[in-house]
Amino acid sequence: MIPEALALSAVLFTIGTVGVLTRRNAIVIFMCVELMLNAVNLSFVALSRLYGTTGQVFVVFVMTVAAAEAAVGLAIIIAIFRHGQSVNLKNINLLKG
Amino acid sequence: MPSSPGLFYQVQFYIFGLFAIASALAFVTRKSPVSAALWLVSVMFNLSALYVMMGAHFVGAIQVLVYAGAIMVVFLFVVMLLNLGHPSELSDIRGKWGRLAAGGIGLAMLAQVMVLARSRFFPALQPATNPVFGGAPDRGAIGTIAQPLFTEHLLAFELTSILLLAAIVGAVAVGKRRAAST
Repeated sequence: MIPEALALSAVLFTIGTVGVLTRRNAIVIFMCVELMLNAVNLSFVALSRLYGTTGQVFVVFVMTVAAAEAAVGLAIIIAIFRHGQSVNLKNINLLKG
Repeated sequence: MPSSPGLFYQVQFYIFGLFAIASALAFVTRKSPVSAALWLVSVMFNLSALYVMMGAHFVGAIQVLVYAGAIMVVFLFVVMLLNLGHPSELSDIRGKWGRLAAGGIGLAMLAQVMVLARSRFFPALQPATNPVFGGAPDRGAIGTIAQPLFTEHLLAFELTSILLLAAIVGAVAVGKRRAAST
């Protein structure tokens, strides 16, 4: 059961990475990052069955960081949208020179 | 949970895992941000079921409450605020066959819940007995998290509150309209 959970975690993380690399909507990219965090949480929980409950404690911390990241990131996205009326990353190239 | 999980347990585990992967694939392939967010909620519910099956009951509960309940609502709120979901995709009601399939899946899941409620088939739904540590006392689903969280990791827990405060202040400062301050 633990190897299956770790494999599932790897698959979900890969799907999240593919989403980050292929999508162009900033909000969807943020959701892909959340999916990657979820995949890591799954491997934490799976390994906590072998190595003790510290993994589950860490999942609580990861969720807290995810909530903070979502709040700040979405505020940034709203600011970007106010600036350029778009959240498409193709249109956000201020640093491109 | 016994060391050798039964066939029923394994089948459930694979079902939830396959649902999670299928929902994740649907999530990265949807065009509309709203349906992508709803598929991600589906992934999180399936992961929560897997957490419960692996004995992490409290993590499964806060997965539903915090991730599916709070974070995804914030995402959907921003999608609606920026008016990114197109109205044609928002009314996502399928035809007759879609409704029939949804009803069938709902009935199957209801039957699953009925079976799982008779927990002699499903020992993982018993309160966490923490088989990893053998003789460790049973502290229940929350105590197994709370004991290390408030003793060994107390400093990290307090730092988390500072992180949340910084996130709140940062989100308000970034999201505020420029005209108010200058």
